[in-house]
Amino acid sequence: MIANVPMEHGLILAALLFALGLIGVLARRNIVFMLMSVEIMLNAVGLAFVVAGARWGQVDGQVMFIFILTMAAAEVSVGLALVLQMHHSFKTLDADAVSKMRG
Amino acid sequence: MNDFLFLIPALPFAGFLILALAGRRLPKTAVAFIGAGSVGLSAALTMLIGAGFIASPPQDHAFTQTLWTWMQFDGYAASVSFVLDPLSLIMTFVITGVGFLIHLYSTEFMLDEEGYSRFFAYMNLFVGSMLTLVLADNLLLLYLGWEGVGLCSYLLIGFWYTDPANGRAARKAFVVTRTGDTAMALGLFLLFTNFGTLNIQDLMLHAAKQWPVGSATAVLAAALLLGGAVGKSAQLPLQTWLPDAMAGPTPVSALIHAATMVTAGVYLIARTHVLFELAPVVQAAVAVIGAATLLIAGFSALAQRDIKRVLAYSTISQIGYMFLALGVGAWSAAMFHFMTHAFFKALLFLAAGVVILAQHHEHDMFKMGGLRHKLPVTFWTFFIGAASLSALPLVTAGFYSKDLILWHAWSSPSGSPGLWAAGLIGAFVTAIYTFRMVFVTFFGESKTEVNHRPGLRMLVPLVILAVLSIVGGFIELPRTLGNAPLFSEFLRPVFNEKAAEHSGIASEAVLQIGATIVALAGIFVAVLFYLLRPDYARKIGGVPLFESIRKFWLSGWDFDALYDRLLVRPFLWIADINKKDIIDSGYTGIANLNRSLNALLSKTQTGSIRWYAMGTAIGAVVFLGIIIFYP
Amino acid sequence: MILAWLIITPLIGGLAAWLLGQKNASLARWISIAALVLDSALLAALWTGSSSPLTLAGNAWLLDKKWDWIPQLGVSLHLAVDGLSLILITLTLFLGIISIICSWTEIRERVGFFHLNLLWILAGILGVFMALDLFLFYFFWELMLVPMYFLINIWGHENRVYASLKFFIFTQAGGLLMLLSILALYFIHGRSTGVYTFDYFLLLGTSLTPKAAFWIMLGFFIAFVVKLPAFPFHPWLADAHTEAPTAGSVVLAGLLLKTGAYGLLRFVLPLFPDAAASISYPAMIVAVISIIYGAVLAFAQSDLKRLVAYTSVSHMGFVLLGVFAGNLTSLSGTVMQMVAHGISTGALFIIVGMVQQRIHTRELGRMGGFWSLAPRLSGFAMVFALASLGLPGFGNFVAEFMVLVGTYRVNVVMTVLAATGLVLAAIYSLWIVQRAFHGEKREGVKLLDLSARETGMMAVMVVIILWLGIYPQPVLKTAGPALGTIQSYVSHMTTVAPQGVEQ
Repeated sequence: MIANVPMEHGLILAALLFALGLIGVLARRNIVFMLMSVEIMLNAVGLAFVVAGARWGQVDGQVMFIFILTMAAAEVSVGLALVLQMHHSFKTLDADAVSKMRG
Repeated sequence: MNDFLFLIPALPFAGFLILALAGRRLPKTAVAFIGAGSVGLSAALTMLIGAGFIASPPQDHAFTQTLWTWMQFDGYAASVSFVLDPLSLIMTFVITGVGFLIHLYSTEFMLDEEGYSRFFAYMNLFVGSMLTLVLADNLLLLYLGWEGVGLCSYLLIGFWYTDPANGRAARKAFVVTRTGDTAMALGLFLLFTNFGTLNIQDLMLHAAKQWPVGSATAVLAAALLLGGAVGKSAQLPLQTWLPDAMAGPTPVSALIHAATMVTAGVYLIARTHVLFELAPVVQAAVAVIGAATLLIAGFSALAQRDIKRVLAYSTISQIGYMFLALGVGAWSAAMFHFMTHAFFKALLFLAAGVVILAQHHEHDMFKMGGLRHKLPVTFWTFFIGAASLSALPLVTAGFYSKDLILWHAWSSPSGSPGLWAAGLIGAFVTAIYTFRMVFVTFFGESKTEVNHRPGLRMLVPLVILAVLSIVGGFIELPRTLGNAPLFSEFLRPVFNEKAAEHSGIASEAVLQIGATIVALAGIFVAVLFYLLRPDYARKIGGVPLFESIRKFWLSGWDFDALYDRLLVRPFLWIADINKKDIIDSGYTGIANLNRSLNALLSKTQTGSIRWYAMGTAIGAVVFLGIIIFYP
Repeated sequence: MILAWLIITPLIGGLAAWLLGQKNASLARWISIAALVLDSALLAALWTGSSSPLTLAGNAWLLDKKWDWIPQLGVSLHLAVDGLSLILITLTLFLGIISIICSWTEIRERVGFFHLNLLWILAGILGVFMALDLFLFYFFWELMLVPMYFLINIWGHENRVYASLKFFIFTQAGGLLMLLSILALYFIHGRSTGVYTFDYFLLLGTSLTPKAAFWIMLGFFIAFVVKLPAFPFHPWLADAHTEAPTAGSVVLAGLLLKTGAYGLLRFVLPLFPDAAASISYPAMIVAVISIIYGAVLAFAQSDLKRLVAYTSVSHMGFVLLGVFAGNLTSLSGTVMQMVAHGISTGALFIIVGMVQQRIHTRELGRMGGFWSLAPRLSGFAMVFALASLGLPGFGNFVAEFMVLVGTYRVNVVMTVLAATGLVLAAIYSLWIVQRAFHGEKREGVKLLDLSARETGMMAVMVVIILWLGIYPQPVLKTAGPALGTIQSYVSHMTTVAPQGVEQ
């Protein structure tokens, strides 16, 4: 048991990771990298849960993290399927190229 | 016998139903037989019932027959029930009698027309409605007949429907009279609210008991009923529809727009005379309206060229006399003039119809002329009618009835020299325009060919009406000439008039002589200008001042133009500018606002996923910020 | 149970017509007719049975059945009829059958689905006239709305999408206001008594603060007045009527509008008597404006169907006037007006439909002289134009007369203004006759006269409208006790003590 890492440190790390992920989603044009950035954001949230759980000595945080892991797996599988379809029909992975879905 | 009273209106209604449902499949003879026959039967039945009624009058001089409850509200059951009393008997007698003669005449007159069965269907419906009107024992049923005759008038004025002008005249007649009818309906509401009944007998009893003379409600009620009466009877200010109503076939003009329907207003006032006695102001207004109308219409008749329009204005004028009589409380005199007028005016119209038919539907008198020899029977009957209309002394019915009115206008307590003078001037003008018509049409050089000679079915009614136009006056002889007031005696149970003892016999005789002189003077003027020296008339007509007066009179004192400017055009204008419904544009505005907001927001919908992510992120930051800094 | 079957029969009939009518169009028509005839037989049983209005004189509620639906929320299937409902149900079934007959040759596409929609609308209307549970009432209120939307949207004329959407938005907005009011009433009643229920009878005596009563009443009022429709909520009507197929117009004018009037009578007056009394004056002003405004607008139209549509605004103004005059005479007149207007305006729409089917236009400018081409059609048109202008002898006259007599006791000025509507009605009605049926016939216009099916249908309607005008007593007597009950809630609205209709 690694003792006494202050909760703030963990949360700052989570925030940093989240921000990095967000920047990745916004800045990258390649859709695969965008998906990876989303994963980073999800993990950041998971980290925040775990840290908070540790702080209060509850298992809920870890339960939530497992929940997020499962969800992320499902999300990646759907996302990658979409990426394949996109590559198939547009011959590119540039997210901006696929802007036809608008009102 | 009285139990068959309901058949009097029911027979023409039955005729209408048969003709309306099966008329087009029936041969013309059958149509004529049903159309004229139903009214004829009705007339015969009226004679029988009337004879029984006169021989042995029922109690209270009124017999009521109730058929069924029409509608029930507020504890009052308005029923379909008919009442026979001296007043309604006289009306019924004239309607069925004159009506039958006109139907008989029409069977020949309309023979070449399309819509033969339609014509008789409408005519039968009219007679049925008119009989309902006069026989109704409550004002609601009376209103049914009242609107019903208005409808038939509309249908028959517009009988030749392919010409839009006829349709226009028909609609004008209906709408103008309906304006009056609406006033009358309001009168009904007022009476019902006050007394909880619409039965005429009960209403009059209640009113006499509960309303003091001159009370505001009584004045209002009488004024509203008067509104209905002036509409139907074409009196000021709602007289404008009648001259245009001449667009209908001539028998229609004779029956509806001269003999019967237009006198419904007179009947209504006579029927509810108790109310008018309670409202002396309104009664005085009736007299003034009558006097003004008879003058205005009389002068208008002077300038007309269309023979039917002369007769139309003359009708308005003569009904003005009846109103004058009503206004001075001479109820039976008004009814007497109604009866004689029905005879001679129907006669004049029917004879004019012969002339018109003989000349290819030519209405302009000045294109006729010299018809005296070609249509002798028509001429003589027309002449008798004209004499009666201009009250040729002693021998004509018109003399006795008009003289009675003039005498009452002078001598009755509510009469006045002014009203009498108006009547007298009117009589002078009447004589002029009547004989102008006779001379222009039947004398002078012959201008056209006569290509249709009337048959027996047209001439017999003319002769019968001519006889009636003479002998019809002898049932009410004034005190100066035999003193046999049978007619007003017969009506006494209805009106409770005091026997005429206003002033001496001498003054009555003087007035009669005066009236005689005036009538003869009028005829003389007509002889002078239209028979002996036509160039005088032309010379006077050439003066610009007279020319413009003539135009003014020709247009019926420009009432049409006035109403056109005051009512018709503003209405059309409003209708036109609001065709698209201004309220709707308000809602369209809301819709458009939404649409532009939508356009604005859909601009943000770029399709770029990173743009959406950015939006989400910024939104999240903003909301977090709000939650953190403004807890 | 008979009440439930009254509603279920058209629902099942509609489904059957849809499923079995996929291949065979006339089968769908015959099934629909059969369903409505069966329904009419049930109705006849109601008229003649042990609870007939003719035998149970004086008793307002003839039949009253209640089943649990969602007891946790206090929702029940509560159906009941009194004389008022019975009359309107009869009208519904009659016009339902008529509207199927009149679309016999007009509707050629998706016939089965058309009849599904038509019958479901009728079921919704029947439900509205019978439901005594506010939740159930709202359910039926919406049930008639959606199929009507489809009816206009699929089988309508040129501008049908716009019209159907407009219709839907207007009525739905009104309906949502009513839903809010229903919920507010539900919660206020629940809170004060502890009994959460939507039941009409239980909600009747709810004690409300005047302010709450006013706002809740307003929600109901607006919903019903939109449906009626009264000025200024009328614009949906012209478009919906004009674009709907003939059967749709008949059902709209003849029945849907009546649900608004029915709602005013059944809910607004008894549930909120004081609040209703407080707005009686403005409501009467709105009514008078509707009468006059509708008539003037009608006259201005050049599209015959639109013209007829606007006349409804004018006629329904009399209904609103009668409701808020609030005495027995005016209420009876209101019921008469609902029935007479349903038949006369329904018939006029059918006539317009027949004309349009034959000459493919509704423009008055391209009509004229029909009388010589199609005398039977023109004759019927004349009769119903006259009925519409309120000629004595037709049911409309009885209605308008009674409304005006009733109103006169309450407010003379309103009566005078409303009476001008009679003159305006003459102007627009005769204008129809003049432009379309009189006048010179146009070159090249062919107009077949009515077939036997059409003649029979119109003849029945003529007989009924005349019967209503000459002997309206059965209707007045049937509605009497029900109206007496309604009137007793608002008796203080009138200045004169109410007098019962003698039986």
